[in-house]
Amino acid sequence: MNRLLKGLLVFGTWFIAHVAATPVDTYPFKTVENQERAISLARSLRCPQCQNQDLVDSNSPVAQDLRLQVYKMVDAGKADDEIIQYMTQRYGEFVLYKPKLENKTYILWWGPLGLLLIGGLVGVIFIRQQRINKGTEPQISESDQKMLDELLKDNNKNE
Amino acid sequence: MKKLVLFIPLLGFMVLGIFLYQGLYLNPQQLDSALEGKPVPFFELQQLDDENRIISNKDLIGTVALLNVWGTWCPSCKLEHPYLMHLAKQKLLPIHGINYRDQREAALAELKAVGDPYELNIFDPNGRLGVDLGVYGAPESYIIDHKGIIQHRYAGPIDAAVWEQELYPIIQKLQLAAQADGAQ
Repeated sequence: MNRLLKGLLVFGTWFIAHVAATPVDTYPFKTVENQERAISLARSLRCPQCQNQDLVDSNSPVAQDLRLQVYKMVDAGKADDEIIQYMTQRYGEFVLYKPKLENKTYILWWGPLGLLLIGGLVGVIFIRQQRINKGTEPQISESDQKMLDELLKDNNKNE
Repeated sequence: MKKLVLFIPLLGFMVLGIFLYQGLYLNPQQLDSALEGKPVPFFELQQLDDENRIISNKDLIGTVALLNVWGTWCPSCKLEHPYLMHLAKQKLLPIHGINYRDQREAALAELKAVGDPYELNIFDPNGRLGVDLGVYGAPESYIIDHKGIIQHRYAGPIDAAVWEQELYPIIQKLQLAAQADGAQ
């Protein structure tokens, strides 16, 4: 009995983990592969109306239109690049969650890496300078040395 | 020299600060149109008030015009409508409607009730032309020049301020260019 319950619990947890809530479009795909490719592609495109949702999540009319357009184009055997081009020609770069690598977006792609390199460089220079300073004894001028000797003499007398 | 090096992080912070501060004043709802500078996409759709007449993108060539995307389901369009009527009365330029994702009867009834500012009204029930234009809501307006090229897109309802500050200066320039080109 206990084992059955445990089994049910395990299965239930596994089952819940594998169900993702998405709006269901009753689109008759030709193949399962097409369906998977279409949905993952629609997930990578941003809805122009509800700006923080992808085309699959959003329920706005324009997202429905674009989603169906993606599905149709995938089923017609169009390549991902072609579909992405179709979307950006109409709605601009905005619909891409991953901006293209071009002159305008170099700083987006390489900026963080650049900052990391600069930080590392500054760190290395800083540490090396500290090491160089370690090897040199502090210098003391002759007059200071005399004063110090006198003070030490006095000190010794008093003891 | 050594002292100056210490100011580099401060400078970097200030540059970043200025950059991000500007970002606070951008309106994320106003996307740039990807179609500015490109011709109106090919379409052949029925006229709203006469299903036997087909309007195509060629019919929009010849004069500077305003394309206005509207629908009876759209509250902001109702808000914008009186100002469009005001513009239509002034006869500054033709205003063409794109009746977007709407029902013909409802659209015609609405125009009858509150007035019709449009010269041509393109019936786009499935939003096909809308998608090709990059429409993501209504109302949206496009200024096209006399060659049928989209020169400007404004998303949102047009009012006096938008018209005078943003749209009309562009229209005037385009109309001058059209006259210089010998169009009407």
